[in-house]
Amino acid sequence: MFLMGTYVPNTAAQQRAMLAALGVDRAEELFAAVPREMLVDRLNLPEGLSELSVRQKVSAMAGKNRVYPTVLRGAGSYRHFIPAVVKSVTGREELVTAYTPYQAEISQGILQSIFEYQTMICALTGMDVSNASVYDGGTAAAEALAMCRDRKRNRAYVSACADPQVIETMRTYCFGSGMALELIPERDGRTDLSAVSLGADAACVYIAQPNYYGNIEDARATGEAAHAAGARFIMGCNPIALAVMETPAACGADIAVGEAQPLGLDVAFGGPYLGYMAATKAMFRKLPGRIVGQTHDAEGNTGYVLTLTAREQHIRREKASSNICSNQALCAFTAGGYMTAMGADGLRQAATLCMSKAHYFAGELEKTGLPRVHTGEYFHEFVTKCGDPVKILRALDENGILGGLPVKDGILWCVTELVTREELDRAVSIIKEVC
Amino acid sequence: MKLIFEKGAPGQHLSLMPPCDVPEVTLSRPRTEPLNLPHVSETELTRHYTALAKRVHGVNDGFYPLGSCTMKYNPKINEDMAALFSQIHPLQPEETVQGCLEVLHESEKLLGEITGMDAMTFQPAAGAHGEFTGLLLIKAYHARRNDAARTKIIVPDSAHGTNPASAVMAGFTVVNIPSGEDGCVDVEALRGAVGPDTAGLMLTNPNTVGIFDRNILEITRIVHDAGGLCYYDGANLNAVMGVVRPGDMGFDVIHLNLHKTFSTPHGGGGPGSGAVGCKEFLRCFLPGPVVTRDEAGYHLTVPEHSIGRVKDFYGNFSVVVKALTYILTLGREGIPEAARNAVLNANYMMKRLSEKYAMAYAGPCMHEFVMTLQDLKDATGCSAMDIAKGLLDHGIHPPTMYFPLIVHEALMVEPTETESQETMDEVCRVFLDLWDLAHQNPQALHDAPTRTPVRRLDEVGAARNPVLRYTGE
Repeated sequence: MFLMGTYVPNTAAQQRAMLAALGVDRAEELFAAVPREMLVDRLNLPEGLSELSVRQKVSAMAGKNRVYPTVLRGAGSYRHFIPAVVKSVTGREELVTAYTPYQAEISQGILQSIFEYQTMICALTGMDVSNASVYDGGTAAAEALAMCRDRKRNRAYVSACADPQVIETMRTYCFGSGMALELIPERDGRTDLSAVSLGADAACVYIAQPNYYGNIEDARATGEAAHAAGARFIMGCNPIALAVMETPAACGADIAVGEAQPLGLDVAFGGPYLGYMAATKAMFRKLPGRIVGQTHDAEGNTGYVLTLTAREQHIRREKASSNICSNQALCAFTAGGYMTAMGADGLRQAATLCMSKAHYFAGELEKTGLPRVHTGEYFHEFVTKCGDPVKILRALDENGILGGLPVKDGILWCVTELVTREELDRAVSIIKEVC
Repeated sequence: MKLIFEKGAPGQHLSLMPPCDVPEVTLSRPRTEPLNLPHVSETELTRHYTALAKRVHGVNDGFYPLGSCTMKYNPKINEDMAALFSQIHPLQPEETVQGCLEVLHESEKLLGEITGMDAMTFQPAAGAHGEFTGLLLIKAYHARRNDAARTKIIVPDSAHGTNPASAVMAGFTVVNIPSGEDGCVDVEALRGAVGPDTAGLMLTNPNTVGIFDRNILEITRIVHDAGGLCYYDGANLNAVMGVVRPGDMGFDVIHLNLHKTFSTPHGGGGPGSGAVGCKEFLRCFLPGPVVTRDEAGYHLTVPEHSIGRVKDFYGNFSVVVKALTYILTLGREGIPEAARNAVLNANYMMKRLSEKYAMAYAGPCMHEFVMTLQDLKDATGCSAMDIAKGLLDHGIHPPTMYFPLIVHEALMVEPTETESQETMDEVCRVFLDLWDLAHQNPQALHDAPTRTPVRRLDEVGAARNPVLRYTGE
């Protein structure tokens, strides 16, 4: 029988020769330990397909999606410009097909790239130490809460203005660990710390910067209040905004985390993305996951290894700081390539373009009768009031524009450097017609 | 090799973005610290990353028998197919992402058939993340039945370190049980360990020493009779996919490593995908949203008693596209054919290496086998580490070292089905030559590797004086 691509190179004759070497007639005999009554007779799966047929089948699925030429929606997933050189270097098969760098001597490329990524994350955040990445922004935030927990302090205070998905992920992790999670209420689109009193059991305070509504929080004051109560201060920051915004270090954060998808990763229906985590010197030994360190070999050559492994599951088992093993190494490599391509000036330019265009768009929307819901400063997202969001979004949709995301008090808009002024003007004129 | 920060010069840059076409806005409290990112030209950038790539050994560079990691060939069509979905925003209206939802729904259906599970989530990003998710399902199940006494998870001592670590993250305490002489679960020890405090058992089958536990039905029955649930760690599914199903072995919840069994590349440590499947009675606890289907199309819905999200959006979606592409390619006949060849290849290598190397357990094995080099070490002073480092000089990625912990001087070999007899013959010859070298000139192996970009690195020094970023000194 002719089988489609199993990617098995050995021919039937070779397989028979190998079986003969083992002294058995059929491969099935090698499964003698499996109780006979459990053997699968016949899987209810479709027959295998040729590469061409698979391509047609999966392409047909992709064809049922809609790709919007213009996107004014963010809310945790951001379409940015990705320089061609980034995809070119991250597509290298050596990197793509390698496993975790357990054998340092033949993994220096991965290890060095992570060391460089760690350095860039420290540069961006101002923090002392970065790990090699975790799954995404939500899990980074959840792991950060766990870093702050001890016997006496088992309550996390989390801003209600953080991304609802991030909050939900934190809640799930807390359901596991037994840590208490209390929301700090929102007022005017910002964290209202005056509405809670941080008790003796306060382990940490978490805010997002900019927050889910795009607004800039008073991070310094929040950090001071957290520290005054003996709690740690965690900031979840958009990495592009960090090019122009006060760093978590400057705001007194003990841990900085966030979703690093904006650093060169496609929106890709939600993943793979990249969770970054960085901490102060005082806390870095509590960081979960892989960390790469610099060292030297027997001849004095500089090299890189996975280090501080005594924190990790394969050494500590049930006493590990986290269970994380695989992370998002290729995404971290991509982010490193992106930050290198952009450089400090490029990243600042991208941040400024995002922010300036968002403000221009907000101004134009206000002129059409859709003013901002909140006051104060914001980065590249903002919420406007909106009479009939369904009507507005449908009109935009019919013109190839993915409008903002409907939220509690209106629509959450996002503008990145990809959107031109002409596209923004066109969106405004479409909205004008239906308002 | 220099770091990227040591290359180029201030002022070197790429020309990427147009000038601002709207009035520029700044923050009232801007960043004041310098931003020390690299400053290189595009030429320098590409050369740097190309040089890094050359200092990495991937599956395409040569044999990669890393036990428990299933380093099979990563088909290129998978990458092409994933790219078709790269521009879809995860929060687009449901009717505009029907293709993405079909991918998830179809993958759930096919993987459900392969594993014998009824429902699946693709939110977990890796195996360990899947374990955590699966254990929370078990926790939610007992909580919903008001059975608060079930606080313990039983884990065999041969298990991967993530198993106990995940159990603790999910709020359980861990009960370790010893393995029997044959590397399988000691059924009497299990019987003694279960009770009204048992929340569940975590197991992989074939187990971490590459043996199919023939008592599996009795094992899962003992746990079920005690009121616990059975968790299947899918790290070793490659041996049995299409041959026997975890769901038929009595498991209630399972995670898969799509980046192992289902051919998606590992990216030097991720992104992976740790899809979690479960039986019908646990479906209502799955993380939300999951994909459902009716006559109008596919929908995203949150299960009634969901444990909540474990990750943003729907998991590492592109990885799922790659796995689906692979399953569609292999199909009904190809899936078990791949498993049979994985097992055949492992047995073939085991047989050839048995000529000199001691096996930790008598054969036949499943998709991998464990050698114990304790005798070699006693006789020559050469350890499993030395043999592993010797392999590096021959362009071969070493097997998994020092795992499982219950075997002394362990090397765990998993060739996978995508290696040819010719490659394995060559590799076996190298292994056997190294065994001879250990006896003739052990110092040569202590000194290995010598042909790699760097020699053995000082790991103790790295941990003692951590240098974790470039500081310009």
